[in-house]
Amino acid sequence: MYSAAMHERGDARIAKDLVAASAMPLVLAILEEGESYGYAILKRISELSDGEMEWTDGMLYPLLHRLDRLGYVEARWVSPEGGRRRRYYRITPRGQDALSEQRRQWEIVAGALQNAWQSFRIHKFALSAVEG
Amino acid sequence: MESAIDPSVESQIREWRTYLLRRSTVHDLDVDELEDHLRAQISDLGAAGLSEDESFLVAIKRMGGVNDLSREFARERSGQLWKQLVLAGDTVRERPALEYVRLLVMLGFAAAAALAFKVPALFGLDPFADSAAGSTSGEADASFYLRNGVLLTLPFLVGFFAWKRSLSPRVVAVVGAVFVSAAIPLNLYPLERGGDTEVLASLHLPIVLWLAVGVAYLGGAWRGDAPRMDFVRFTGEWFIYYTLIALGGVVLVALTLGVFEAIDIDMLPVIQSWVLPCGAVGAVVVVAWLVEAKQSVIENIAPVLTAVFTPLFALMLVAALVGMAFTGNIIDAERDVLILLDALLVLVLGLLLYAFSARDSDARPTLLDGVQLVLVVSALLIDVLALAAILGRISEFGFTPNRAAGLGLNLVLLVNLAWSAWLLLGFLRGHRAFADLHRWQTAYIPVYGAWAALVVVGFPPLFSFA
Repeated sequence: MYSAAMHERGDARIAKDLVAASAMPLVLAILEEGESYGYAILKRISELSDGEMEWTDGMLYPLLHRLDRLGYVEARWVSPEGGRRRRYYRITPRGQDALSEQRRQWEIVAGALQNAWQSFRIHKFALSAVEG
Repeated sequence: MESAIDPSVESQIREWRTYLLRRSTVHDLDVDELEDHLRAQISDLGAAGLSEDESFLVAIKRMGGVNDLSREFARERSGQLWKQLVLAGDTVRERPALEYVRLLVMLGFAAAAALAFKVPALFGLDPFADSAAGSTSGEADASFYLRNGVLLTLPFLVGFFAWKRSLSPRVVAVVGAVFVSAAIPLNLYPLERGGDTEVLASLHLPIVLWLAVGVAYLGGAWRGDAPRMDFVRFTGEWFIYYTLIALGGVVLVALTLGVFEAIDIDMLPVIQSWVLPCGAVGAVVVVAWLVEAKQSVIENIAPVLTAVFTPLFALMLVAALVGMAFTGNIIDAERDVLILLDALLVLVLGLLLYAFSARDSDARPTLLDGVQLVLVVSALLIDVLALAAILGRISEFGFTPNRAAGLGLNLVLLVNLAWSAWLLLGFLRGHRAFADLHRWQTAYIPVYGAWAALVVVGFPPLFSFA
């Protein structure tokens, strides 16, 4: 559902499907660190991925709304004195449940990939030993 | 630091804001939030050494295209079919010219419907004109409109959809066939004027025809869960809009009468024979157009209405059950009482169906779902009591058209309510997905049509047209 626009910048480092799939757990995990707002969340994502994962900024907001609708986060407007008001998001217990479920699934995926690459490496190693 | 933005950049930001706000799917608050983001980005880029102009351009570019953004917001706001359809195009807003054409065509169909409704008056069939003009012919005229009123009106709604959706001839033929095969028995059967079978057939006819309208509304793609739910939603929104407009119409008529009375002109005949019937009929098409054209308005009201009325109806039904339990007065098998109960149950089912259609199917159970279960279970109990009363009467006095119709309707409702209660319970306990309820309700819709068709076509001969 995150369309091509999510990652339209020319120097696409991570495939857009991967960015889209990981968007929700990533945002939830960042909010697990503490209440935050859109711009700061995007900066944090960039930080966490060493700038390898970058989104089209605007696309974060529909996602945040979705999380809000699903009850995973709570939003509130904060207007500092003399400043521009800003929308802060906080993770809810339900969001934490969703996050740990996502985390479990991602760990399985990551583990499977890890194992696959391990056997791939062993396989290649064995092949080169036989040939050598 | 943010306050010290260059005036020319400031005005560019304002322009970008209004540009975004023109998209109906992006709301005020969204734009506030996006603007906050934009400003933070600009000031960060400025701190990194870019000029404000450059910062603005980079920030805008990073924000993403307005089209993509509004599309993404629309997807998030609802999974509804019509938006997907609209969004399949490149722009969210359609060209004003097309909207204008659509408006004109709609008005054409509405006017044609209103005129067609008055065509029988040319042949002397005019129950609206003057109640004093001979009671027997007045009764026959009323009977003609009772049987044919919907048949005269809804084809124009179908026509509007046929034009709007560019229906294939095959679909038009199917829908037309339904209308014709309903019109023939209602007008060729030797129905007794004002008899039970005539009244019953006329009451059930709109259900059959409305489902045929649904086929046209969905462009012929009436199979499947999502399209049917879309039609349910359309029906609910149509009903709400129609009620609102009818209320406005009543106020308008009352004021008109008052104002003209003050200047000694009697508007009552004109209003009775033209304004009211033509207005009520034309509104059928106008409202259908409104539902689609001004969707976002009603979309915000509908969940509120269901949230308000679901608890109220639940409370009412529970109170009625408690009352029966205390007084021991189980449902009276009086005809009026049973009709009232059936109307109530149909209304409850409509409320339920509409609440389901407005609900987001991947969300978790809420308190409202619990209230819905109370509503369904109490409606189920009342339905069982009504059934018992009808069966008692049938075993005592035998079948009449009314009792048979009541029996059938209550059985149809019983099956739906019982299975809905079971599914809803499963959903609340976390065993089932809400989608199961969705699917059950939409799969059941043809049953109503089949039952109504039976009452329209089958009942009169079965009960010798009494």
